[in-house]
Amino acid sequence: MSALVIAEHDNKSLRRATLHAVTAAAALGGEVDVLVAGKEAGAVAQQATKVKGVRKVLHADDAAYAHGLAENLAPLVVAQAGAYSHLLATATTFGKNLMPRVAALLDVAQLSDISQVVSPDTFVRPTYAGNAMATVQSLDQKRVITVRATAFEPAAAEGGAGAVEAIGSKGDSGKTRFVKAELAQSGRPELTSARIIVSGGRAMQSGDNFKLIEAVADRLGAGVGASRAAVDSGFVPNDYQVGQTGKVVAPDLYIAVGISGAIQHLAGMKDSKVIAAINKDAEAPIFQVADYGLVADLFKALPELAAELDKQGLSKTKPST
Amino acid sequence: MKVMVAVKRTIDANVKVRVKADGTGVETANVKMAMNPFCEIAVEEAVRLREANVATEVVAVSAGPQAVQETLRSALAIGADRAIHVQTDALLQPLGIAKLLKAVAAKEQPRLIILGKQAIDDDNNQTGQMLAALLDWPQATFASKLKIEGDSAEVVREVDGGLETLAVSLPCVMTTDLRLNEPRYASLPNIMKAKKKPIDALTPEQLGVDVSPRLKVLKVEEPTKRKGGVKVADVAELVTKLRSEAKVIG
Repeated sequence: MSALVIAEHDNKSLRRATLHAVTAAAALGGEVDVLVAGKEAGAVAQQATKVKGVRKVLHADDAAYAHGLAENLAPLVVAQAGAYSHLLATATTFGKNLMPRVAALLDVAQLSDISQVVSPDTFVRPTYAGNAMATVQSLDQKRVITVRATAFEPAAAEGGAGAVEAIGSKGDSGKTRFVKAELAQSGRPELTSARIIVSGGRAMQSGDNFKLIEAVADRLGAGVGASRAAVDSGFVPNDYQVGQTGKVVAPDLYIAVGISGAIQHLAGMKDSKVIAAINKDAEAPIFQVADYGLVADLFKALPELAAELDKQGLSKTKPST
Repeated sequence: MKVMVAVKRTIDANVKVRVKADGTGVETANVKMAMNPFCEIAVEEAVRLREANVATEVVAVSAGPQAVQETLRSALAIGADRAIHVQTDALLQPLGIAKLLKAVAAKEQPRLIILGKQAIDDDNNQTGQMLAALLDWPQATFASKLKIEGDSAEVVREVDGGLETLAVSLPCVMTTDLRLNEPRYASLPNIMKAKKKPIDALTPEQLGVDVSPRLKVLKVEEPTKRKGGVKVADVAELVTKLRSEAKVIG
């Protein structure tokens, strides 16, 4: 039994998300290899060899793999699949886009977003926005899996001694062309790996008011998130969204500000270690899951919070606002 | 250009789901059902393409028991021209559904197939990608903007770091994200009109598709519940608790 983890990267460095899938793969009990397909992504392949528990890194180098297009990657994964009992990727937009295409080409089912490995053929996965946990057994010989990052610790990025093996390219499908990417550059920690997250909801009223959230987040070295309502209202971009259909996060501390606590939002953050909520409405459902609740007007509470962090000497950065 | 849209009947998004006491699944008896919200966005997008004279016909497809015809009627009320019901009481899983849709696409020859990115019941997020693989078509998943230009489509996708734009050749499969559009409410006249639109019935056998499940659900449980904690009086107490009691800051 052996598992192949499909690496996610930007041709320069391995995305941390992949380390969670390595841990899930190791939990299966067999060997773990990693596939790095990219354009001049040798550095990523080298980095993957150092991940603890990795036996071998398959490295395919072709311009066709520069942007992680599923149409080009799927045939490459399928060509390598013969040697593996399990094919895994983290359930990021990259993994969610690619793996079902791989599964269908192999004529096998996919297990999406697993949160636990019970045995090599049986897994637990959330359904109904995390309101029902299903234990599912695969009846196929080969298992294609996406992994919920927050349910598996990241594998150590150092300490491994894998070997790189170059593999041939399957070329370009010619059907899909990457045009451009508009990626957020905030300098704040990424939501899926942030230790603290401060999120704002509809009650923030405008994108401009998110400065109040940012002022607190920057003092704590935190990531900034948002509810679907705030994203749909155009206050902040889509990549801020925490929830069933956005990002699933599990930081040490999640501060929900002006978020009522819709089921779909809770699905994305209820595994946080500690939840604090600030909301004007004492009956808001968010208080049913919050460890610490403060009933207050956020426009008053957020500046106070920033000032209090300064006062208690807890601010990481010198406040600009 | 013909556009095909796949729709799924799910528990209504506003219903609080309850796990059955015997652990076999979730309670669906006497529970309000509706079209999966992402599928509504898919139908809306297809209808807008027809209204903009980009699409000539919109065909809605669903698979499942007799009751899915209600969902197809909803699609017709939004504005789909006709519907196809793949009738079966079998347990359907994404790979089987993708095979059914492939077989329907072979008959219908659409240039574009739109699906929701995921259904809010099983949260699988698979069928569109699987269908694209089986058809050997390109896939534009998690779309927030679509522009058809001749023989290709330019699609903006919602990805983890922000947005990505792809140009895909037609025919293609697209799956919808939340911000692609805001589905209209079907008007009463359109609901009445929808009752007269045709729904053709097919079976998996007629389509030559084996839909046998590949996954077996062993049990379904409630997640471990989080308990509410304490209310704090003011910001100072909140910070103090987070620092000295929870020890998550400082």
